[in-house]
Amino acid sequence: MERVILAKRSRHGKAGLLFVAPFMVVFILTLVVPLVYSGYLSFFRNRLVGGVSFVGTKNYIQAFHDHAFWSGLERVVGFFFIQVPFMLAAALIFALVIDSGKLRFPKVIRILIFIPYAVPAVIAAIMWGYLYGPNFGLLSQISRYLHTPSIHFLNGWMTLPSIANIVTWEYVGYNMIIMYAALKSFSTDLYEAASMDGANGFQLAWHIKIPQLRPAIFLCLIFSVIGSFQLFTEPYQMTPLSPAALNNSFTPNIYAYDEAFVSQNINYAATISFMLGFAVLIAASFVGLVSRQSRKRAINV
Amino acid sequence: MLCCTAYFLLPLIWLFITTTKDTTGIYSSFGLWFTKVNHLFANVKEVFSLDDGLYVHWMVNTTIYAVVGATGAALIATAAGYGFSKYDFGLKKPLFGVVLGSVMIPMTALAIPTFLVFSKIHLVNTRWAIILPSLISPIGVYLMRVYSDTAVSQNLLEAARIDGLGELRIFFSISLRLLMPGFITVVLLSIVSIWNNYFLPLIMLNSPNLQPLTVGLSGWAQSSISGASGGDSSIQAAVITGSAISLIPLIIVFLILQRFWENGLSAGSNKE
Repeated sequence: MERVILAKRSRHGKAGLLFVAPFMVVFILTLVVPLVYSGYLSFFRNRLVGGVSFVGTKNYIQAFHDHAFWSGLERVVGFFFIQVPFMLAAALIFALVIDSGKLRFPKVIRILIFIPYAVPAVIAAIMWGYLYGPNFGLLSQISRYLHTPSIHFLNGWMTLPSIANIVTWEYVGYNMIIMYAALKSFSTDLYEAASMDGANGFQLAWHIKIPQLRPAIFLCLIFSVIGSFQLFTEPYQMTPLSPAALNNSFTPNIYAYDEAFVSQNINYAATISFMLGFAVLIAASFVGLVSRQSRKRAINV
Repeated sequence: MLCCTAYFLLPLIWLFITTTKDTTGIYSSFGLWFTKVNHLFANVKEVFSLDDGLYVHWMVNTTIYAVVGATGAALIATAAGYGFSKYDFGLKKPLFGVVLGSVMIPMTALAIPTFLVFSKIHLVNTRWAIILPSLISPIGVYLMRVYSDTAVSQNLLEAARIDGLGELRIFFSISLRLLMPGFITVVLLSIVSIWNNYFLPLIMLNSPNLQPLTVGLSGWAQSSISGASGGDSSIQAAVITGSAISLIPLIIVFLILQRFWENGLSAGSNKE
């Protein structure tokens, strides 16, 4: 029977191309062509004397030695390590708590935690910018009331954690929903058996739920890698609040934007964009590799 | 747990309370309580009259980009997912691999190259500069393929073919109806992503008349901080109130249709 169905699918197979075509056309126009053109541009240079000329890999060599680029890249990697584990842990805990059934208004709490995802990054940055205000911001008002020392959020070493807080605030809900949806799809048979054996909520979560959540957690991790390396909007929006700390190469994306639109070096901007793209690809592939390894290990157990 | 929830609401509560204050009120009163005079009406008026009603343009633009972009994206993603799911053709595996792989490509790393191409073909500073890139949703294709696998049975297709229906006819009159929940999920995912998009419109659009709310409010906020507006302090109240107003439509959409999110997202997260 199955072979008959497969044969029938192939007979009409060409129609599949018809359905896939619209997507592929837009895909090529808005993804492939820009990538190819941008790659092409990155091998050229536009000089005041001599105009545009082919320079081979000179731009890439320059980027390799570019302190501004590497410090920006270092920063987003550091950002990834301070923001993502905390955010994913929070999302996981929230999802597990809501799934445990011990909460009074699970649906309401779920939606409230998810609401920040509806807020554009720009507005989140504006709001938190006001809250962080050193003299009149809400947080310093509260710390004055409590007689605790006030924190300068957008200064020195506090800058990155303060931005990390904003991004975490925005995305915990999104990651929580992904994990919660996965939790809801698991069968509860194991839970019942374990409860009968005397397992409490924590043990259920640790030994049964979390291992099953591995694919969902790795999915969130990959999204987080891709997102955190591309950090742009929040620091860019807050630059006027702290111009010394948030300079024009704070993140690789800010640097690429600055090169393209302020310094008018579109060739070098294209190079930086590609370098960032490679970095993301490497990091995301690494996470994918780890996820496959851990899945193999889980199966072998 | 309740404390944690309060953390997520804190900035929003602050925001909506502050819409009732004028600029001096913002700096002189406690963030989470009101001032004696309610300036909400004046602030709303300010938002809509500042810069000759530019805010209204931004609202219209955001709505156009989000609705047109999301509907288009969902349509072609559904068609593509359906095509990958129900048909076998030579290039199927490599094409699908490329589509999935493109999820890894950083969107912002792509925005500047897209700008460079679009400026060559004179599409920059037009609505298409935003709508076209918004039409591709590789996640949407993946979600719709997974959904098509289960929602539309091969036997149903065969029965329709025996009845003499062509493939396109089958898609539009039978399959699309079965795929509707997944379709709506992709629409919602795309609406949020396009509505909140900042980097793409920032670099593509020069004319304030074409900008969406994100870019417009960002500009107002930055000029209010650096004092470029020449001492016009009411702009700060306009930024706050404008931001609050812009959040309302999306939050309403969120609240009403939040069930679809879980159904759609779970298709992607439980791959085993």
